[in-house]
Amino acid sequence: MPIRFRDPQIEMAHGAGGKASRKLVEGLFAPLLFGSAPGPLGDAAHIDINGSKVAITTDSFVVKPLTFPGGSIGELAVNGTVNDLAVSGARAEALVVTFVLEAGLPTPVLEAEVRAMAKAARDAGVRIAGGDTKVVEHGKADQMYVTTTGIGCPLRGVTIDPRSVRVGDKILLSGPIGDHGITILLARGELDLEADLRSDTRSVLSLVETLVRAAGPGVRWMRDPTRGGAATSLNELARDCGLGMVLFEDQIPVRDMVRGACELLGLDPLHIANEGQFLAVVSPEYADAAINALSLAPGGSEAQVIGEVREQPAGTVLVTTRYGGSRIVDMLVGDPLPRIC
Amino acid sequence: MRFVDEFREPELISRTAEEIRRLAGSDRYYRLMEVCGGHTHAIYRFGLKDILPENIELIHGPGCPVCVLPMGRIDDGLSIAQQPDVIFAAFGDMMRVPGTQGSPLEHKARGMDVRIVYSPSDALKLARLNPEKHVMFFAIGFETTAPSTALTLMRAKTEGIQNFSVFCNHVTIIPAIRAILDSPDMRLDAFIGPGHVSTVIGCRPYEWIAKDQDKPIVVSGFEPLDMLQSIVMLLRQLRAGEAKVENQYKRVVPWEGNRAALRAMAEVFQLRPYFEWRGLGFISQSALRLNDKYAAWDTEQRFEVPGIRVTDPKAAQCGEVLKGVLKPHQCKLFGRECTPEHPVGALMVSSEGSCAAYHNYEHRKAAMATSLTSIA
Repeated sequence: MPIRFRDPQIEMAHGAGGKASRKLVEGLFAPLLFGSAPGPLGDAAHIDINGSKVAITTDSFVVKPLTFPGGSIGELAVNGTVNDLAVSGARAEALVVTFVLEAGLPTPVLEAEVRAMAKAARDAGVRIAGGDTKVVEHGKADQMYVTTTGIGCPLRGVTIDPRSVRVGDKILLSGPIGDHGITILLARGELDLEADLRSDTRSVLSLVETLVRAAGPGVRWMRDPTRGGAATSLNELARDCGLGMVLFEDQIPVRDMVRGACELLGLDPLHIANEGQFLAVVSPEYADAAINALSLAPGGSEAQVIGEVREQPAGTVLVTTRYGGSRIVDMLVGDPLPRIC
Repeated sequence: MRFVDEFREPELISRTAEEIRRLAGSDRYYRLMEVCGGHTHAIYRFGLKDILPENIELIHGPGCPVCVLPMGRIDDGLSIAQQPDVIFAAFGDMMRVPGTQGSPLEHKARGMDVRIVYSPSDALKLARLNPEKHVMFFAIGFETTAPSTALTLMRAKTEGIQNFSVFCNHVTIIPAIRAILDSPDMRLDAFIGPGHVSTVIGCRPYEWIAKDQDKPIVVSGFEPLDMLQSIVMLLRQLRAGEAKVENQYKRVVPWEGNRAALRAMAEVFQLRPYFEWRGLGFISQSALRLNDKYAAWDTEQRFEVPGIRVTDPKAAQCGEVLKGVLKPHQCKLFGRECTPEHPVGALMVSSEGSCAAYHNYEHRKAAMATSLTSIA
């Protein structure tokens, strides 16, 4: 496969989870590391080892500030990897952890994060089986970075494949979007905006298991919309399956505080990061069962059908409004930047 | 959510849209220019074109401050920031605007000290927190943002903060509208007047548009219902053969403007004899600079400004798009060399720029419609 990545150097946008990230992965990493065409890239790889199916994934966490209302980097590092496995249709069994620490990091800060990791791992029912530590000079990293790698067993009764998505399928969302991204933006304290808002960081494994039990054969695709938000995840799906994702704006759950902040800053909630929600595409005959089961499960009461898969606009996400307007929502380019003037 | 949801009420919107269809009839074509980039953004974001009849065309005006800023000014600002111990502070809007050597964000990734601020007073705060550095605020915007720059400079002067300066790129809206109207290839019927600018300057400065140019103008809010109601008001004037200034955005815009804001601007700024607008060329008395009382905080007086001039690539047709002569997708570069990830022209940078808005929200819809027609 040819290398198509031509950008002269790495910019921040290449790590922001949107179009630029995808270009880097597909244009440089995939051709050199995967050899042949990798097919659609999911949240975790499902591989066959001597006849056993194993799911594996890895994720690095660089977040500023380290702690924020509703969570902290340690908790994110566990939940993020558990969730990547969950939405690939697997239950996390074990994690290994890598810490990159900046010299001068106060021990109590580190200890608090390690405790947060231990608690999140207990809550998600996953073992932490090993790890590695590196310390870099003061000023060469921002306090601490955490990488977690997880392996898991595929859940029975479900296969996640964007190419199995069909016209008429329903698009489900597990709960309100934007809480995490807006909480972080406000927690940086640069905005002089205050809101009683918490990050949604949590393991979505039990909700995913609920969904699979209720609607397994109908579940075609899942994704946790982290960086780049729901818009980016759905654009990737639209591209991978070649169909149109039509969303109904008034069905998308967004808290008023998140909406308010987005209106003020000129941001779109569909581009804002989440750490405790997932999107699913479910065949129409299973949609009611899926929503009923999710709404009764703890943490699933705000689950909603937010749209459906249509033939047109192919490869595109279209948001329709109750008053008859519609707009295309593209992947995010770079980080969301507030508009002022 | 208050002040938002009531202006997106489906029942009211469909009644207003019905009224627009009735007034527009089918006997003629209406070309309305929304002057302000915020309106352009709203038109695409809310999909208002889907609601309007086909004989109403909305033309995107020059009111996106990032879009009309010549690339040379960005290069000038970045070259000053390359000097040791200078912090480059600007709004998020500026961060992806390309200079010849890349955008402020790209410079930041290469090590320049670039900070995103949410108001000029945050830039002044940076100066207080970093007394060993010089903080340069790259000021952009129309009369909407100019008063907050002015108040920040007054504060800097009162507090005697020496390590702060403003690289002033503030522009004024009226000369730009005049330049558009003077353009020979321009055929416009009426204007949707800027909302936020008018909170500062009021409605009186538009009276010449109605009186001398015989064009109706309605100052409008930014919600779907605001914009549809403004279109109703314009159509009523046009049907009656009238040309008046009307204020649809009364809940925010006072007819006489904001006197305190205007006083602050008068205290700090003076008009430049001329200023270059990207796509429109040099327009006389169309931009602001700091007056002599504030010379000590004027980046252009404190530093050697190279005065770089960059001509737009010949193939880029930003000027024609800016004047509404071409639609964004009719430009030769649109969607090929020029995309939101790699903008060639500034109209592709800001989400308020007509090309970026068209690219983000509309062009695949247009392509779809074309392919469907060709099948039919």
